[in-house]
Amino acid sequence: MRNRWIGLAYVAPALVFVGVFTVYPLGRMIWMSLHEWSLISAPRFIGLDNFRQAFGDRQFWVSFVFTLEYTAIVTPVLIVGGYLLALLTAPASRIRGVTRTVIFVPVVIGLGVSSLLWYWLFSTDFGVINRILLDLGIIDQPVLWLGVDPTVSNLAISTSVVWKVIGFGMILFVGAIQAIPAEITEASLVDGAGYWQRVGRVMLPLTRRTLLLVTLVSVIGSLLAFDQFYIMTAGQPQNETATSVFFVYLNSFPYLKLGYGAALSLILAVTILAFTIVQLVLTRRSES
Amino acid sequence: MTVRRPGYLVGAGCVAIATIMLLPLLYSVLASIKPTAEAATAPPTYLPHGVSLDSYRRLWHYQEGLLTYLGNSAGTAVLTIILTLVLTVPCAYALARFPIPAKELIFVVLLLSLIVPYQALLTPMFLMFAKIGLTNSLTGLAVLHTAIQLPFSLYILRNSFAAVPREIEEAAVMDGAGSLQVLLRIFIPPTVPAIVTVTLFAFITSWNEFLGALVMMSSSEKFTLPVILATARTETSLGGTDWGMLQAGVTISIIPCVLVYLLLQRYYMAGLMSGAVK
Repeated sequence: MRNRWIGLAYVAPALVFVGVFTVYPLGRMIWMSLHEWSLISAPRFIGLDNFRQAFGDRQFWVSFVFTLEYTAIVTPVLIVGGYLLALLTAPASRIRGVTRTVIFVPVVIGLGVSSLLWYWLFSTDFGVINRILLDLGIIDQPVLWLGVDPTVSNLAISTSVVWKVIGFGMILFVGAIQAIPAEITEASLVDGAGYWQRVGRVMLPLTRRTLLLVTLVSVIGSLLAFDQFYIMTAGQPQNETATSVFFVYLNSFPYLKLGYGAALSLILAVTILAFTIVQLVLTRRSES
Repeated sequence: MTVRRPGYLVGAGCVAIATIMLLPLLYSVLASIKPTAEAATAPPTYLPHGVSLDSYRRLWHYQEGLLTYLGNSAGTAVLTIILTLVLTVPCAYALARFPIPAKELIFVVLLLSLIVPYQALLTPMFLMFAKIGLTNSLTGLAVLHTAIQLPFSLYILRNSFAAVPREIEEAAVMDGAGSLQVLLRIFIPPTVPAIVTVTLFAFITSWNEFLGALVMMSSSEKFTLPVILATARTETSLGGTDWGMLQAGVTISIIPCVLVYLLLQRYYMAGLMSGAVK
């Protein structure tokens, strides 16, 4: 009955699927990255030339640095903001529970759709954000939020993303905070520690694993950003707000530089892998 | 956590934050029911002066018609759910309970896409799909969405199958039940919550996924809802974006996700938490 071949038969469909639709494309990507290939001509082996070209490509660095800037803006806000929201909503009470549910709602809607919503909110003439700021007298003429100045665009898009995903970290932090044993909290109360002292000395250390996890998810998610930039700035001005994934997309699809696109994809995958490894090592270390 | 802080302060903070989070969504819904002329005014009105379903009417007839796009999105999502379950339920069962040659290696291979982002695999996938006729096809898109969703589902299901007590399983085997009967009669019933979680996440992933759909679909009658709306954002009606119709589209896209989340919140949170402790 417990025949190892029966087990293999159950595993086989999924294994074949992953083999065909994940492992094969991965191998193919590596092969493509070593070739010059533009769909019209046959692929030609060029060794590491695509990678050399990438590291010498101005747009590669513009996209990479812009993506890092975006990651550096979004991640701290998501971590600190998410944690503060978790502190507010973790204790059991009706209003806190409802607030938690509400804060999480944008997490379940699509990033593409939320970007369309914020594309309109940030619209220069038709957007309510400029209307509010004008009515409050904070600005005296409409701000061009999207697609004109890279930094302003980055801040506007970051705002929309924080709204969209801050609930994700919050929920995980709530889970971690609620898992802190009651005795530990009570002991710190007996010590007469104030609220923020307890947060700093008891809660943060005990929820360190979750903090690392949320940081990892946030960093990786930000490094892979595409939808929000494609929809809200379309890379404007002059691809200065085109993220790394956006740059891969442009080369692979509209430009049909397949080999080059594959090399860029590989660089992206390795970057993500490096962050994953760093984070895993840190998580291991914090456990021991 | 038993410390009493000023209750009204927490209450006010909660109300303020919840309001800020809900306002954009509420505002989008309000914009979608403004009459055509009002939806196109600059600067925008705060609250609708009139109510009309004109924006929804225009969306209904937009290009191939709203029903086509809703159908494409829903069809892809349903196919993604089916493919995900058909592939991962038996696989997770075997991983949880059967001796398999090179099991550890197989598990690592199956979870490969957790560390290789699908965004990086789209170029080779597109070429392969083009060769086997899966581009510009809902089936192809569902295959892509399944590949994205497979590791998460496998992980959740394997853990919940592993938690089924061995005694019940052994009793069924004694009674002469085959391995498939054991799966269907012993393993599935107690793990329905995990299966609901997996279904829910497959739906949300597929319904919301944008880049893959943008790349794979080339003709507008095959577009999913987010892709056609993204196209509509730049298209002009009377010299400008049709903001009212766009927000009607946003509202329609959001409704299934929010409903499913509110109705199945327990399963959603269960998936999130078990994904987080890995």
